[in-house]
Amino acid sequence: MSGDQLQSQIGPVRRRRGSFRRLLRKPVGVGALVVLLALVALGLLEPVLAARSPVASDLAYTNTPVGTSGWLLGGDQFGRDIWSRILGSINVSLISALIGAGVGMIVGTVCGLIAGYVGRRTDAITSWVFNLLIAFPALVLVIVLYPVVGGTYQGMMAIFGIFLSTGIFRLVRNMVIIVRNELYVDAARVSGLSDLRIVGRHVLFAVRGPIIIASAFLASSAIGVQAGLAFLGLGSTQVPSFGAMINDAFLNLYRDPLQLVWPAGFLAVLAGALVLLGNAYRDVLAAPQTVARRQPAKAVRSTPNTAPVVGDHDALLSVRDLRVAYPMVDGSRREVVRGVSFDIRPGEILGLVGESGSGKSQTAFSVLGLLPRDAEVSAAALLLQGRSLTGLDRNGMRAVRRDLVSYIPQEPMANLDPAFTVGSQLVEGLRGRFSKQDAVTAVKRILARVGIPEPDRTFDSYPYQISGGMAQRVLIAGAVLATPKLLIADEPTTALDVTVQAEILDLLRDLQTEYGMGVLLVTHNFGVVADLCDRVAVMRDGELVEQGDVAQIFRDAEHPYTRELVGSILDEDTVRDDVPAQVEEHR
Amino acid sequence: MVVFLAKRAGAGIVLVFVVTFLAFLLTYGADIPVARNILGPSAAESDVALLEARLGLDQPVLVQYWSWLTSAFGGDLGRSYFTSEPVSAAMASRLPVTMSVVVVGCALMLVISCVLGVWSAVRGGWLDTVLQWVTTLTYVLPTIVLGIVMVFVFAIWLRVLPAIGYTSLTESPGLWLASVILPALVLAIHGVAGLAAQVRGSLVDELGKEYVRTLRSRGLSEPSIVLKHALRNAASPALTVFSIQFITLFGSSLFIEKIFALPGYGTYTYNSVVQGDLPAMMGVTLFSVLLVVVINLLVDIANGWVNPKARVA
Repeated sequence: MSGDQLQSQIGPVRRRRGSFRRLLRKPVGVGALVVLLALVALGLLEPVLAARSPVASDLAYTNTPVGTSGWLLGGDQFGRDIWSRILGSINVSLISALIGAGVGMIVGTVCGLIAGYVGRRTDAITSWVFNLLIAFPALVLVIVLYPVVGGTYQGMMAIFGIFLSTGIFRLVRNMVIIVRNELYVDAARVSGLSDLRIVGRHVLFAVRGPIIIASAFLASSAIGVQAGLAFLGLGSTQVPSFGAMINDAFLNLYRDPLQLVWPAGFLAVLAGALVLLGNAYRDVLAAPQTVARRQPAKAVRSTPNTAPVVGDHDALLSVRDLRVAYPMVDGSRREVVRGVSFDIRPGEILGLVGESGSGKSQTAFSVLGLLPRDAEVSAAALLLQGRSLTGLDRNGMRAVRRDLVSYIPQEPMANLDPAFTVGSQLVEGLRGRFSKQDAVTAVKRILARVGIPEPDRTFDSYPYQISGGMAQRVLIAGAVLATPKLLIADEPTTALDVTVQAEILDLLRDLQTEYGMGVLLVTHNFGVVADLCDRVAVMRDGELVEQGDVAQIFRDAEHPYTRELVGSILDEDTVRDDVPAQVEEHR
Repeated sequence: MVVFLAKRAGAGIVLVFVVTFLAFLLTYGADIPVARNILGPSAAESDVALLEARLGLDQPVLVQYWSWLTSAFGGDLGRSYFTSEPVSAAMASRLPVTMSVVVVGCALMLVISCVLGVWSAVRGGWLDTVLQWVTTLTYVLPTIVLGIVMVFVFAIWLRVLPAIGYTSLTESPGLWLASVILPALVLAIHGVAGLAAQVRGSLVDELGKEYVRTLRSRGLSEPSIVLKHALRNAASPALTVFSIQFITLFGSSLFIEKIFALPGYGTYTYNSVVQGDLPAMMGVTLFSVLLVVVINLLVDIANGWVNPKARVA
């Protein structure tokens, strides 16, 4: 396999093509780039633009005001030309940036390549050393070593650069490990190219974007630190520096505050342009940002309708013409639930069946009011015990979830808060209705009820200390704790071992009879439906294609899709092998 | 947890040895003409040699390090070459100043970062964008520029706070706070950009997790979900960033002390390196590395508190 073929296999690389052109379309990026180039040009043109040496003083011009002939920005308290000193300082800053960021990049890249490539002990030792570097107060060591480097700013920047290399080191090392593993898979090692060359080439190609970004930040901090050191007075007076200028102007503050503005302003603009350029380039490289679901969605809207559809007021849950849509990146809307209507009577178990992406989970979460924030949900009627849920505000929905509807999730381990004990999470759900003591007793009783052998011990356990089957029992306990009228279970057995699945289904059936709850059971598995449900509703592509009694559907389903699903029960493994239905499945 | 902390403390002690040894090697081994600097250019060569012998500078570096290390264990860091003041006493007298600024700065940084981070994670939208811009802008201003702007605005223009100087806490808590609040704020603002972004980022991640949805399904209140559950889970990565920011902040305090004329480690460090006062330089090095070790241990303990899994590691 040739190097070029290999390159084409490393995915992220191709997407970066043209990133510089995209950067030029971002106003902040262009602005920062223009400012930076202008400053570099000023620095390069210093011999032409500077009227005199930046360190030469002419006492006749002490504190000369701005605009004096030949003294563009005036003179400082030692009679030095501020404009010439600014130009000189730009060059010193740029050299500092080059040394600091350069040393950081070279040290970080080389050590990262070696650590990631050689691995094992070399990696362990190198990583340990770099962790030390992160932990150490770099500035203190740079200052302490000031006499060692002969007091030159170049020497101090070289030392500082070593401390700056830590981020680059991690980046390169991790990338080497990824690429190396990919190469094993590709069996590219058989090719004539030597390993190190392949790894080096691919890694450097893959990390060049992040390295460019990082070096902008490194350059900015090198400039800031150099100025800070010069401000402290560490450095030769023969070297112009923003820091030294700021210090001089600071001492002269009451006499001529304007003298402070020039170095502080140029320093801020130079360091800022680098950071903003890095930021803009990072935005260009970053994938389009996904909208995180941070809050429960706004309440379900009523569908504007001239002839109002009335739900069944006697049903426990009555849903009419439920619609869920998401705005897409290109500005269009995508409807993932399209006009779904069904009822659940008190004490009835309705199975909601369909493939991944059919909209069944979306339907369930609409009832709970727990869809992502950007979901647009509407319904002609959404009645719970005859009371409309449409138009309820956040607190109203919260009360519904607290008192009437509860939820059993699919992945037990992901649905317990890892930072709190099992018991304390459950107790919290009862807060406000029971005293602390009563709530604890109630939770322990429920834990025993759902078949947990040592409720006291589980109560005090953290989620990572219990098994998946136990965790699912805990979640079921959490769901029935508040004696809800409606239980919504989203694939409650899918993530469990086959043996545990049957136990959990039995438990659900027992609890349903005991509490007389209505259940909305979301599943893809007709076996579970046959086992547990009274009625079944089949969804496909966001629509309900058929619903009816379980016995009738099994006997003679009308819709071909239902027949297909019923037929597949015979050969289907009860353990699902596709991706579990997630809220994101529709994106 | 105890085993874990003991391991971390052990690693910290190794760090102290490694860093002080390297610093000693580099500074004492750099052939800085210490005796010549003390006696001045006109002193006789024989006097210089005599003084070098008296200071032990004629001995091999390793021997010198060993004697420094053994007396350091007893709390004796030697005396300044130039003032003869014991280094440990000088460090102790300056400790309250620097630590006041750094600790108040860190507390401010933590509070501001959490408020901004949580706010922008929960609200999102335009507020998120505005906060990101504000934090970026404060970040791009170099610390010294920010410090000078603050002196200008609050002390010279508005005249609400003293521009310079330090009042000790025991003397007057009010004046103490007034004297450290501005420098602390400058340090805090610079650190806020990174920390707030971290808090926001990990909180957004946590709020997208399934357990949050399940907690909501039990009807928990939004403040409890965000502040008690999600924030606690988001704290681990934020704590790591905090410990790194603390160290950066301590370094920056050396610059800031000069702007506000605070008699802390900044001036002490500056004077010692300019003069080549080796014992004082080693004292500062030792103190900073000890500070790092202590902070990292505290962060580990805090991490064990927020993250039960870390307790068994």
